[in-house]
Amino acid sequence: MSVLVYTESDKGILKKAAFEAASYGKAIADSTGTSLTAITFNVSDTSKLGDYGVDKVLNIESIDEFNAFVYADAIKQAAEKENTAIIVLSSSADSKYIAPILAIGLNAGYVPNVVETPKNLSPFTVKRTAFTNKAFCYTEISTPVKIVGVSNNSYGLVENTGAAQTENFSPILAESSTSVVSVDKANDKVTIADAEVVVSAGRGLKGPENWEMIEELADVLGAATACSKPVSDLGWRPHSEHVGQTGKPVATNLYIAIGISGAIQHLAGVSASKVKVVINTDAEAPFFKAADYGVVGDAFEVVPKLIEKLKVFKAENA
Amino acid sequence: MCDVFYLLLVSSFIRIKILNMKILVCISHVPDTTSKINFSEGDTKFDSNGVQYVINPNDEFGLTRAMWFKEKQNASIDVISVGGSETETTLRKALAIGADAAIRVNASTPDGLSVAKHLADVAKKGSYDLVIAGRESIDYNGGMVPGMLAAMLNANFVTNCISLEIEGTTATATREIDGGKETLSTLLPLVIGGQKGLVEESDLRIPNMRGIMMARKKPLTVIDPEPNSSATKSVSFEKPASRGDVKLVEADNIDELINLLHNEAKVI
Repeated sequence: MSVLVYTESDKGILKKAAFEAASYGKAIADSTGTSLTAITFNVSDTSKLGDYGVDKVLNIESIDEFNAFVYADAIKQAAEKENTAIIVLSSSADSKYIAPILAIGLNAGYVPNVVETPKNLSPFTVKRTAFTNKAFCYTEISTPVKIVGVSNNSYGLVENTGAAQTENFSPILAESSTSVVSVDKANDKVTIADAEVVVSAGRGLKGPENWEMIEELADVLGAATACSKPVSDLGWRPHSEHVGQTGKPVATNLYIAIGISGAIQHLAGVSASKVKVVINTDAEAPFFKAADYGVVGDAFEVVPKLIEKLKVFKAENA
Repeated sequence: MCDVFYLLLVSSFIRIKILNMKILVCISHVPDTTSKINFSEGDTKFDSNGVQYVINPNDEFGLTRAMWFKEKQNASIDVISVGGSETETTLRKALAIGADAAIRVNASTPDGLSVAKHLADVAKKGSYDLVIAGRESIDYNGGMVPGMLAAMLNANFVTNCISLEIEGTTATATREIDGGKETLSTLLPLVIGGQKGLVEESDLRIPNMRGIMMARKKPLTVIDPEPNSSATKSVSFEKPASRGDVKLVEADNIDELINLLHNEAKVI
């Protein structure tokens, strides 16, 4: 009857979102008086999962590359083996790819973008975001098996103790007619999904040639870079950096918006971020109404100053 | 000789099949992105008063990519929406953009699973080669319908899809992953969860007068389905707590900003 959490990894290393999902799973396991089992794929060192309350780890080594159907099938078999009633996943691209397939496989109700531990266990009710963070929706799951997708950076990491006893798990899996041709991923860059800090810039920067200072600021802060919709539509920055309602959602600890006026779609997409800073020449820009801290000023003067001061700050606090 | 004839027959059959790829584009009728979101009936219902509805942007990127297959590869496009008669304006817009026929499943659906089941019923009967849906709708952001649909149809599935090419029965699709992209090779039948990148924003089409006139003559079939079961239900809504006023820092006092971020907000 344990709670099962899918703890995601990248090249054998567990991701931060995995520990957050485990923290969330542990809270549910505690409130339902059961244990927490994690499922991992090709993770060499699973012991750290114990720090977040995982009692048992099922590690699968028989699958080489990510495939949503194969992963969903493996998680399904783990859930059946563990007689699981509640499965927890993160909100990563891969988890959101797997979860709906898993839901059909297990006849389970699935609710993504969940931001808190269940409000009720019976009827099982969770709080999720809706309308791109413009609202929350309390949602009941009525099926015996339930799947919860935890919103990134919403529940946070909660340390705990668990044995994280690892066993190899070898489900019998069908072949898939989908295969990976190539993966194009910058290894040295922080992703918007994993970043603690995101530095984002808009049309106020006047042209793609001016992004050097944005990247430098992101470097100093260990941040990911992002941009507004007009900037990606103009081709100044890649689509993958577009954050907002039709782009990526951002739920980071610190979001710095530079030269972004703050269209309602943009504000919705970034509103789950905990602290927002806006730098804009126009004191009337809507972003000032949504931000915690604001600087009315020219990005070309403020940003270089901010970089310089942050370097000093980082050196002193290193 | 007989074998050669048979081969010719088979190859011409395959050729016809390729030339007539059948595409189903799933359209969600959603509040415009600029909408203010409000609730009624004690915060249990979405308040559609004064809300403009549009084609879900992710679906529109998919429809536009489907138009490319229609124009370059002679595909046919059906569009489908699950909902009440109010969704027909959105379906007519899709017809005006260039879809060949529209289907409205006349049902009110409590969750994504219920939507996916209705879509699967129609998709099975229509034997579509390719089903394109948006990676998520911008109202409930569930992102579950395309994946559930694929699982129910036993079809291949690629979501967060930013590029799609089809050659014969083989598809090459690129999906966005956290921090990059991944290109997959897969086979039809295929379900796609599409998004921006599948086509560019500048490729989106505004229906012209001719398209609008032609759309009136295109078939829009209404199906009255048996009700199906759902797994989840939205009980109530809540708006985020309003935040305090912004703290302004002078542009020449960046030290203060760093101080606030470090000591007050504790984020650096």
